[in-house]
Amino acid sequence: MEGELVRQRAEVRTRPSRRLTAVSALGPLTALAGLVWALVQPYRITMLDPDKYSFWYLAIQPPLLVILAGAVFHFWIVPGLLADLEDAEGRP
Amino acid sequence: MQPPAEVVHWMFAAGFVFLGLCLLAEAIVGREIWRRRSWRAYLWPGVAFLMGIFMWPVMVFFTASTIHMLAHGAWAQTMMLAGAAQLGLVRGKLKSRLWELTVPLALAVSGAAFLIHEQNGWLFSRSAFLHHVMGWTLYIGTLVTLGRIVRPRSPVFNTGFAVMFLFIAVVLFCDRNVAPIFGHLSPLAGGR
Repeated sequence: MEGELVRQRAEVRTRPSRRLTAVSALGPLTALAGLVWALVQPYRITMLDPDKYSFWYLAIQPPLLVILAGAVFHFWIVPGLLADLEDAEGRP
Repeated sequence: MQPPAEVVHWMFAAGFVFLGLCLLAEAIVGREIWRRRSWRAYLWPGVAFLMGIFMWPVMVFFTASTIHMLAHGAWAQTMMLAGAAQLGLVRGKLKSRLWELTVPLALAVSGAAFLIHEQNGWLFSRSAFLHHVMGWTLYIGTLVTLGRIVRPRSPVFNTGFAVMFLFIAVVLFCDRNVAPIFGHLSPLAGGR
């Protein structure tokens, strides 16, 4: 009985909080938005037709910029922020 | 080798997406946790200051009229002022909370600059439409920012502040050099 209670409490404690989930989802959702945009407006992905465009239009492709911004945020900002959040919430 | 104006807007938009995500994360976790690592506290003011600096070459190389140049110059100055004041507040060099007012000031001046320097109507072209949208968005953002100063812990105002930057990014990404808006393009802008 006690062992079962301990297991249940441990499960409750390890379930991510809403704040953890929300912060973790921001980057992937942004990248997903960029991906959906690329699918809806494929002509924005100029590398698919490189001969038609000049340097700047090949270098700067808005849907890819959105994906890049989401990725930079997810891999640079989020890990440290999640660690601090877990620490503040008293998680292991 | 100079990038087209719409490409410059897209690059700024990417910066605003990143800034909006950081501010949204700060709104979710709260200011105390966000500032546990000091470099994160400097992120938003630093990016705002940097974008203000980048606005100067935009003013010099991408403006075709005096009023357009003045508008970009006003954005550059107020963005740098707001960024610098926020950096000073985070660092502790500036003590008075009145320095927080530099952010709504920057937004109000930027909003006015958008609306004043766009001399065409809403449906003249996509660019004109976006100028009007941006101007009014910045005015609404000014009110949200004032609310954020009065109630710094309010999740509504903090989220609203972050969403404003994400919306600005969407508007900037929509920009094209010449394009119709809802099927309208003035003959003066190249439409039929």
